[in-house]
Amino acid sequence: MSFLDVKDLKIHFPTDDGLVKSVDGLSFGVERGKTLGIVGESGSGKSVTSLGVLGLHKGGRARISGEIWLDGEELVGATAEHVRTLRGKKMAMIFQDPLSSMHPYYTVGHQIIEAYRIHHDVSKQVARKHAIDMLGRVGIPEPARRVDSYPHEFSGGMRQRAMIAMALSCDPELLIADEPTTALDVTVQAQILDLMRDLQREFNSALIVITHDLGVVAELSDDILVMYAGKCVEYGAADDIFYRPEHPYTWGLLGSMPRLDREPTERLLPIKGSPPSLINVPSGCAFNPRCPYAERTEGKATTVVPELAETEGGHLVRCHMSRAERRNLWENEIKPVLETQ
Amino acid sequence: MLTYIIRRLIGALAMLIVISMVTFGIFYIVPQWAGATPEALASRYVGRAATPETVHLVAQKLGFYDPVVVQYGRFVKGLVAGAEYDYGAGVEQCPAPCFGYSFISGQPVWPDLLDRLPVTFSLAIGAAIIWVLAGIGVGVLSALRRGSFFDRLSMGTALAGVSLPIFFTGMITLVIFSYGLGWTAPGGAYTAFLDNPAQWAYNLLLPWITLAFLFAAGYARLTRAGMLETMGEDYIRTARAKGLREREVIVKHGLRAALTPILTLFGIDFGLLIGGAVLTETTYTLPGLGQYAILAIRNQDLPQVMGVVLIAALFVVIASLVVDLLYAVVDPRVRLS
Repeated sequence: MSFLDVKDLKIHFPTDDGLVKSVDGLSFGVERGKTLGIVGESGSGKSVTSLGVLGLHKGGRARISGEIWLDGEELVGATAEHVRTLRGKKMAMIFQDPLSSMHPYYTVGHQIIEAYRIHHDVSKQVARKHAIDMLGRVGIPEPARRVDSYPHEFSGGMRQRAMIAMALSCDPELLIADEPTTALDVTVQAQILDLMRDLQREFNSALIVITHDLGVVAELSDDILVMYAGKCVEYGAADDIFYRPEHPYTWGLLGSMPRLDREPTERLLPIKGSPPSLINVPSGCAFNPRCPYAERTEGKATTVVPELAETEGGHLVRCHMSRAERRNLWENEIKPVLETQ
Repeated sequence: MLTYIIRRLIGALAMLIVISMVTFGIFYIVPQWAGATPEALASRYVGRAATPETVHLVAQKLGFYDPVVVQYGRFVKGLVAGAEYDYGAGVEQCPAPCFGYSFISGQPVWPDLLDRLPVTFSLAIGAAIIWVLAGIGVGVLSALRRGSFFDRLSMGTALAGVSLPIFFTGMITLVIFSYGLGWTAPGGAYTAFLDNPAQWAYNLLLPWITLAFLFAAGYARLTRAGMLETMGEDYIRTARAKGLREREVIVKHGLRAALTPILTLFGIDFGLLIGGAVLTETTYTLPGLGQYAILAIRNQDLPQVMGVVLIAALFVVIASLVVDLLYAVVDPRVRLS
């Protein structure tokens, strides 16, 4: 069993319009010192998954089922109070927009001190020293002075560094980063990704990076999980996903990546259509209305939900096409197009 | 921060000057536009049997023939430095701040105002404590249990609180609690806090609660709306992700942010109330500024009316100044601009 082991996780929200199946039977695992990238479009259930692991999905009426094992401890059936004591200490989270995610009325230092003192019975002075130390470690210059600044006095990159310092203040063993660089300038994005990689090595924590940006996971991840409509459609080592992808949706994601080495006149290969409503998920394979190869499945695409099946050495794909057909398509149709571009 | 304070102080002073001009204009110039002559104004200061010559003389001595600007200057000088009134029968000293003399009683207005201020202040402070605690408490609980029976009940009650006028609720409570059950004072009495705190509170308890009910309703609704908004903010999710207890998330992170607009409202409400809780004081016959204002208007006692108006304006200006300064303390983002 992995350090974090999620089995058949389902998070459903009953609404007036129907049941929203944000996460529908998701399984994955992460080891200490390893990084899992979860990739998908907006609304594919990535963020809900991470909030579910932390027990923050509540929002009133969410229904959660399945198992979440963290270091041998099951969290779905645990009491809310017990999960709270793990939150921030054993597992922590970095959010997308560091400006709206930090309280505007409290200093950065206050917020880090607060995070530390929830789980450590120490004086404010000790916690303050720790906060300054953490700010220094995430690369904030003059941390002893900046500790008393308010979030609005920081630049976007500095705020995200402060956010990381806050998340790491209690030395969590599992760190979840939800779109950690989306709100940042491109130059700052690279710095933050470097920082996260360095800190992960230093703290030897398990890291989950949630993003819609394949470039981010390429930078950080050991394993990658591609999500579509609340389900995993492809899972494998980073090399599998980038060099031997077998799911048409993953091909679409790769084709949507802008690349500098392409000719500017050539177009991207976007995925047609838009992500499905999670209330009325298309019957059969959820991707079938957008899949260029749906007619190759003899009608199964719209009637049967494909199984997530192993294709080779831990590489899982949820597709009706045969393994040989997928490989053939990738080698002869998709890969050449992506490479010439 | 210091420049912010200085700028606000200058603004407050300018505001008071404008208010004094407008007040002066209304009570001295408008009657003249309506056809009142200097003699007609002066006739209020002399006996009914006075001859036209006497009236003319008094009007001259009081400066009613002077240009408007000169009269305003004298009015301001009276406020700032005091004034001397010469009625022909000797010179009367009126120390600063001089609001003049009552037409009816002939007494200087300022000591009257000083007498009545503590009554209104006692009424306002007690009611404010009750309405702030009750309003915010109910508002927070309603927001956290949105759609529950408690939420519906309290918001319904709040609607009643905002809608029912105080002379209605005041009378009802008097009938029930004072005359019926005998739990509270029947009104009309005021004991200074320093003389007898228990009696002070006993006399004011019913007016406090009635007045607080009126205000608490608005505060409950505002708090509820504010909490519903802030509890959906990203930083609330961050606070929870840190492992903070839900109670602390609500109070330290949610309520803290929701309180800012409430603070503004409170400053204005409290300032207005110090200027006279007219209906409450009339209903419970409390000798405060509001009751004084009503009597002054009924008697057309212009110096008294002007005194009350200026004092009320002063407190509203002070209250909004204090709110602005507190705002900078509460919301660090204000300090920059």
